[in-house]
Amino acid sequence: MELKHKTPMLDQLETGPWPSFVSDLKREAESRKTNPNGIDFQCPAEMPEDLLGVVELSYEHGRTHWKHGGIVGVFGYGGGVIGRYCDQPEMFPAVAHFHTLRINQPSSKFYTTEYLEQLMDLCERRGSGITNMHGSTGDIVFLGSHTPQLEEIFWELTHNINQDLGGSGGNLRTPSCCLSGARCEFACIDTQHICHTFTNEYQDELHRPAFPYKFKFKFDGCPNCCVASLARSDLAFIGTWRDDIRIDQEAVKAYVGGELKPNAGAHKDRDWGAFDIQKEVIDLCPTECMGWDGSKLSIDTKNCTRCMHCINTMPRALRVGQDTGVSLLCGAKAPILDGAQMGSLLVPFIKCEDPYDELKEIIEGLWDWWMEEGKNRERIGELMKRQGFQRALEAIGLKAVPQHVKEPRSNPYVFWKEEEVPGGWKRDINEFRKYHQR
Amino acid sequence: MDEEAAKTLIVETLKKKKGKTKFYLKDFYKWLPDEKNRAVKNLVNKMVREEILEYWSSGSTTLIGLKGVGKQAAAEEGDDD
Repeated sequence: MELKHKTPMLDQLETGPWPSFVSDLKREAESRKTNPNGIDFQCPAEMPEDLLGVVELSYEHGRTHWKHGGIVGVFGYGGGVIGRYCDQPEMFPAVAHFHTLRINQPSSKFYTTEYLEQLMDLCERRGSGITNMHGSTGDIVFLGSHTPQLEEIFWELTHNINQDLGGSGGNLRTPSCCLSGARCEFACIDTQHICHTFTNEYQDELHRPAFPYKFKFKFDGCPNCCVASLARSDLAFIGTWRDDIRIDQEAVKAYVGGELKPNAGAHKDRDWGAFDIQKEVIDLCPTECMGWDGSKLSIDTKNCTRCMHCINTMPRALRVGQDTGVSLLCGAKAPILDGAQMGSLLVPFIKCEDPYDELKEIIEGLWDWWMEEGKNRERIGELMKRQGFQRALEAIGLKAVPQHVKEPRSNPYVFWKEEEVPGGWKRDINEFRKYHQR
Repeated sequence: MDEEAAKTLIVETLKKKKGKTKFYLKDFYKWLPDEKNRAVKNLVNKMVREEILEYWSSGSTTLIGLKGVGKQAAAEEGDDD
């Protein structure tokens, strides 16, 4: 089918072996042009065609023809809609407005076919028909809609599909979580429950600007960190345990004897030789807390950092402990200022049980500190770096433990605070002189 | 400060500003130094609901200004800063 704009440079992208977004856009363009299902399009049917045209022009010019930002949004919400406009509206009128809607995804992204169909129907009817499932933060993204359709989409979302917009701007961003106990035996916490609870609890922060910049929660059920909360969220909740790893010694022997395949058979397509427990597990333990005497596996729990390597290698023999909770890591971010940062371990272990009051206290303590001290567009991780990790601990009323210390200090001076010194900075000089001559 | 006085102060402060029309939430904290940040945040958001103020978002950052003043829908971030 002949499309509106010639796109020779984009066509070239289709020739590679990988799936192409260009092919997808052309397919959608054809579908909207022929409209076999008789959809009553509320945005121009040519949106995908004009999108292809504007992208081709950008490739030709080597510069973008989009400008982003604006006052678009739904009433009372400060996030969830990102205004986007084309700077060549005469040439590409269908994408003169091409706003993005971020929609809160269900926890762990479980969908029914019926629900997906409802979403796609809405996107097709009131938008460009182009989605991104899912955006980097995890949201369902509707790419491209016109300003008059925004309130309509929001109304249908909330009334017919029982779903809300996600976060953008200086707000709490849409919380996201791993599959948790729904599919995974390693889950130490119910990430879906806590993700859903905190999404509801912090509705105001999610929809109305409250912070100097973005703030992200992510919930991982275990230290395997499948949603990469450690690297991708300002406050990472990582499921962990504080008792012993459960060991089935007979199953360990079965791995050693070759009856069970290590890593649940993940590496079975190539011959790596016989499983060597010493080389592949014991010697790879980062804290060297494991021992194997030829018949019994032992783990020194006090020195275990819960890296999960041994459990991942022998999942039938080793299981996470039963006294479970979360570790909180604060301050991860992407490299806008000062380079990328991973989260720093703030709370080594805290129980994670509904109604999560202790966790809420920590979150709100951190937010109060950041709202007070953070500069405009400063992430909490940058504030932590600027003022020091000690300040983050003070914000949540936690004392430092040796594990918080990266290395022994090199500064020989000790700086006391007034409240840490008996009597403060003021003293009775006469009393002092009774014991100390001039 | 009572709510009405705080609202008036915010509107008057915004009207007096030359050049810039959109401000970070943190700027509003400075104009009401005796109020708690959270209270100022709630007031600003209330004023948006009352259509006195409006949000401007680049997608990553949110600015706030008087409704209808300064850059509007299709302006880019930095156009009038």
